[in-house]
Amino acid sequence: MNIIVPIKQVPETEIRVKMAADGRSLDLTGVKMVVNPFDEFAIEEALQIKEKLGEGSVTVVTVGDSGSTQALRTALAMGADAAVRVKLEEAPGSDSLAITSMLASIIKDRPCDLVLCGKMAVGSDQSQVPAMLAGLLGWPLVTVVGKLELGDGSFTAQHQIEGMGEVVKASLPAVISAEKGLNEPRYPSLKGIMAAKRAQIEEISPAELGVDAAILGEDGAALELVGIEMPPERGEGITVDAGDDPASAARQLADWLKNHAKVI
Amino acid sequence: MAEGILVVLEQRKGQLKPQSMQALTLGRVLAGDLGGKLSALLIGSGVSGLAEQCKAYGADKIYVADDPGLEHYVNATYADIVAKAVKEADPQVIILPATVMGRELGPMSAARIGCGICTDITAVGVDGGALAIRKPIFAGKCFANFRSKSYPVMISIRPNVFAASEADSPGAGEVAAIAVEASPADPKEVSLVESESGELDVAEASIIVSGGRGMKGPENFAILQELAAQLGAALGASRAVVDAGWIEHKHQVGQTGKTVSPNLYIAVGISGAIQHLAGMSSSKLIVAINKDPDAPIFQHCDFGIVGDLFKVLPELNEAIKEARS
Repeated sequence: MNIIVPIKQVPETEIRVKMAADGRSLDLTGVKMVVNPFDEFAIEEALQIKEKLGEGSVTVVTVGDSGSTQALRTALAMGADAAVRVKLEEAPGSDSLAITSMLASIIKDRPCDLVLCGKMAVGSDQSQVPAMLAGLLGWPLVTVVGKLELGDGSFTAQHQIEGMGEVVKASLPAVISAEKGLNEPRYPSLKGIMAAKRAQIEEISPAELGVDAAILGEDGAALELVGIEMPPERGEGITVDAGDDPASAARQLADWLKNHAKVI
Repeated sequence: MAEGILVVLEQRKGQLKPQSMQALTLGRVLAGDLGGKLSALLIGSGVSGLAEQCKAYGADKIYVADDPGLEHYVNATYADIVAKAVKEADPQVIILPATVMGRELGPMSAARIGCGICTDITAVGVDGGALAIRKPIFAGKCFANFRSKSYPVMISIRPNVFAASEADSPGAGEVAAIAVEASPADPKEVSLVESESGELDVAEASIIVSGGRGMKGPENFAILQELAAQLGAALGASRAVVDAGWIEHKHQVGQTGKTVSPNLYIAVGISGAIQHLAGMSSSKLIVAINKDPDAPIFQHCDFGIVGDLFKVLPELNEAIKEARS
């Protein structure tokens, strides 16, 4: 089973965001960059499948700038066999469709039975790549998967849709996106980290991938990013100290829920 | 030339979801601003009857893909149908709900059509003929403002952010059938697992009652559940309690859980870590109950009670019963 895992390097989730001077990006000076948390579940699942079957390969691919090599090395240290970076610095500002087209080109070019993605890259919060990939490849898609079992040429996946669960059986090759809880991602071992430092990372130019040049880069993006804004401040709220009289505080809140929030 | 709006509707078991009505209402507003017809796309088995409802919301044209094979939602065939309807309607804007279905169908069909898409938006308007789109990023820590460069463009709208209302006068309601052909990429089998007691999903709920580490243990969630039941609310949770295994991940609100915008969010025993705040700060009203007066959640709430939740919650459950009688 050959598995390809597209990953993205993102700012860690505990940061407070700060606007950059250009008003169109965030100031990430000193911010720790990590493997997108949802991608960690995808990497872990791929490794577990390979370990269980005792054969196959796990290849991680990123479309990112040179700094994102770090994310690939983390995946290698966890146990991935090979890593590929598409040099985003040669097509900066590429949108999801451009990035997915590059990924699809790489996937078509190599033996691949399964693509495992995170359900969404935290930060941009678009969650487009998995479904776009399935659309471009014409493969079955199951997103936000919480449980996955592989069969012979097929798989069974469980996921939550609004208000209920769904069990889907489909054939391979397929694109599956991972929800938190699919597994418990491992920490890289020291040996893995040492090996990953020396590992070769394959680098590819966007131009080599046969993607329509008109959709690449900021000019090729379908939407123009005008700017980034901080959320509006919330007005001063009411604070009640329950102190020795929780009943009184509770009555005040019930009153507010009835007369202000109008939910009672 | 591209003109008008196409709204892709979501129905389950023959009922349009509230998010579909929200999308239709937004579509009607945008159709008015951009000039052009409002079209709707109904997909499913035995769904033709829903066309009347679309008409009431102002749909001039309703594309219907009605086929016994579409009893369950299957993304590949649905995406083919969306692509066909887009070809037929030739709209400027395609609107979907940002539900699990919409988040699959949008990008999948956008990739086939080759059009731009923005997911989970919270505001949109027309500015100089282009679409001005606002979307929360970093789970709501900030917003990105986009502008469309060309049409068609696809948007998926965050549930419960846009209001739903029927049109003053119904749309023309012309019905056109879309031929259905099953895609080879569809799943072989789909089965639904109904959650026990029709549990509400935090992503869809208009009220959420959430518990954090202050709940001290899974056994104490019963008092929170009582409050949720009284208010008809969904049960949410912070990452800490999900990671501790007190409650399933589907309840998690925050940057690695669900981002929610209910009318009312009640945070109980939640201190307000940045990644939790990000996921719920766009709630219309926020209530916090926490014993620590310095908890960051108090900076972000409309009504805060500083106190022991184990004393406040039982009193609150009583006070709500009294307020109701």
